Amino acid sequence: MAAIYDSAGRWWHPLGEVAELWRYRHLLQLLVRRNIAARYKRSVLGLAWTLLNPLLTMLVLTVVFSSLFAPAVSYYPVYLLSGLLLWNLVAQSSLAAMNDLLWNGSLLRRMYLPRTIFAVAAVGTGMLNLLLALLPLLLVALAVGAPLRAVIWFMPVAGLLAALFALGLALLVSALAARFADVVDTFQVLLTMWLYLTPVFYPAGIVPPAAARWQGLNPVLHLVECFRAPLYLGQLPGPDTLLTAAAAALGMLLLGWLVFTSQADQLTYRV
Amino acid sequence: MSDFAIELQDVAVCYRVPLHPTLSLKQYAVQLLQRKAAARDCWALQAVNLQVARGTALGVVGANGAGKSTLLRVLARVLRPVSGRVRLRGSVAPILELGAGFDMELTGRENIMLGGAMLGQSRQCMERKLPAIAEFAGLNGFMDAPLRVYSTGMVARLGFAVATDVSADVLLVDEALAVGDIAFQQQCLQRLREFVARGTTLVIVSHSPALLATVCTHALWLAGGRVQHSGAAQPVLAAYQQAML
Repeated sequence: MAAIYDSAGRWWHPLGEVAELWRYRHLLQLLVRRNIAARYKRSVLGLAWTLLNPLLTMLVLTVVFSSLFAPAVSYYPVYLLSGLLLWNLVAQSSLAAMNDLLWNGSLLRRMYLPRTIFAVAAVGTGMLNLLLALLPLLLVALAVGAPLRAVIWFMPVAGLLAALFALGLALLVSALAARFADVVDTFQVLLTMWLYLTPVFYPAGIVPPAAARWQGLNPVLHLVECFRAPLYLGQLPGPDTLLTAAAAALGMLLLGWLVFTSQADQLTYRV
Repeated sequence: MSDFAIELQDVAVCYRVPLHPTLSLKQYAVQLLQRKAAARDCWALQAVNLQVARGTALGVVGANGAGKSTLLRVLARVLRPVSGRVRLRGSVAPILELGAGFDMELTGRENIMLGGAMLGQSRQCMERKLPAIAEFAGLNGFMDAPLRVYSTGMVARLGFAVATDVSADVLLVDEALAVGDIAFQQQCLQRLREFVARGTTLVIVSHSPALLATVCTHALWLAGGRVQHSGAAQPVLAAYQQAML
C-alpha cells in the first residue's frame, strides 16, 4: 500500500522514474495543457498561431526555392512543410525541455518532482502540436494537387518515433545544460547547423557524392523520411529507413534517459 | 520488519560550493587542465542515523546552519545523500514549500489542482477535496481570483491547506510556520495535532522549543551537521534550551 523509497536502490533511478512519472500523470497533463494554452491565450488567431510559423516559412521558401528544386522535387510545399513540421517537433521540444528544466530549478530545490517530467511534458506538447498540424498539412497537399493515399495513417506513427528521439535528445541536453551554463546557446547553434544538414529544404539528391555517404548517419534524416514518405511519395518508408529510424529513436531515448536519471540528483546540489 | 516511517543510515550530505561563478564548458576544461580546485566541500550533514516510527511527531532543533533544512530536503527526496541510505515508507508532503509551485496567473481553484498534482495526487481526488481545502484556508471568496491578487499570507495558507489535506504519510514542516496571523497558527497547530493522533508522521523544524513541546513526541538536536542528541521530546528540548542560554 505505501510506496517505499530507498535511496540505495541501484536500479531505482532509470526504472523508478517511469513509475514516478505515471504517479504524477495528472501534473504531466496540467503542464502540457499549460504549454498549449500559453501559446494560444494571447493570440487572436488561437490554434492557428502555432501553425502560422511553419506555414509562413513554407510559403516564403516555396516562392524562393521551388524553381530551383522544381525538376527534382514535385509538390515542393508538401515536401517542405512535412519535413519542417517533423523537424520542429525534435528541435522545439528539446529546446523547450532544456529551458523548462532550468526555469524550474528553484522549484525542484524545494520540493520533489520526477525530474524527467519537464522533458516529457515538452515532448508531449510538441507531439500534440504535430498532430494538430496534420490537418492543415493535408489541406496544403490537396491545394497543390498532391495525391492522398491511404498510407498517410503511418504519419502519426512516424511522429511518435520522432517524439521518442526528441525525448532522448531533450533529456541529454537538459542534463548537460543543468551542469554547464553555455549549453543552451551552443545547442541552439548546433540545431541550426543540424537543420541545414538534414534534407528538409532541399532534396537529398543534391548533396555531392562525397558527402552523400555521410548523410545516412544523420538520424533525423531517417525520421523525416519516415514522416514524409506516406504523404509525399504515397508509400510507406522502406524497411532500411524505418529500421534505422526506429533504432535511432530507441537508442537516443535510452541514452538520454540513462544519462539524465543518473545525473538527476546532482540538479538540486547547485547551491 | 521494522515499522519505521523514516529511516536514515549514516547519511551524509555534501554541498560543493563553487569558488568561481558558473562555469562554461570552456572554463571547466581549462580548470581541469590547470588542476585548479573548482569548488570546496561543505558537509551539511554527517553520520546522521535516525529512525522515526510511524505516528511520531519529531521536532528538529539546532542553531542556524546546523543542517535542519538540509535534513528536511533529504526527507523530501529533493536531495540525495552523498553517502548513507534513506528509506521512506509512504508519501511525503512538504507543507510550506508547496507555495513555490503555484502559478500566479492561475486562479485559487486551479492552483489547488496544480498543488495536488505536484504532490502526486489524481484529479478526482483533488476535485473531491477542493471545498474542504478552500474552507480551511479561509479563502472561499477568492477561489476564482488569480493568485497574484492574494497576499503572501493567503498564498501560504493555501499551500498549507493543500499540503495537509492530501493525506500524506509524512508531513514536513519548515520553520516558516510563522507566516499567518495567530489564529491561523493555532489552526495549523491544531491540525498538526490531529494528524499525529491519526498516525501521520510529522517532522517539524523550528527555532521555538516551546512550540515544539506542544506538538512533538520526540526531538532531534542537530549541531554542525551531526546529531547532538535525539530521543523523547522533553529531555532533548530541555538540553537544547539549556545549551542555547
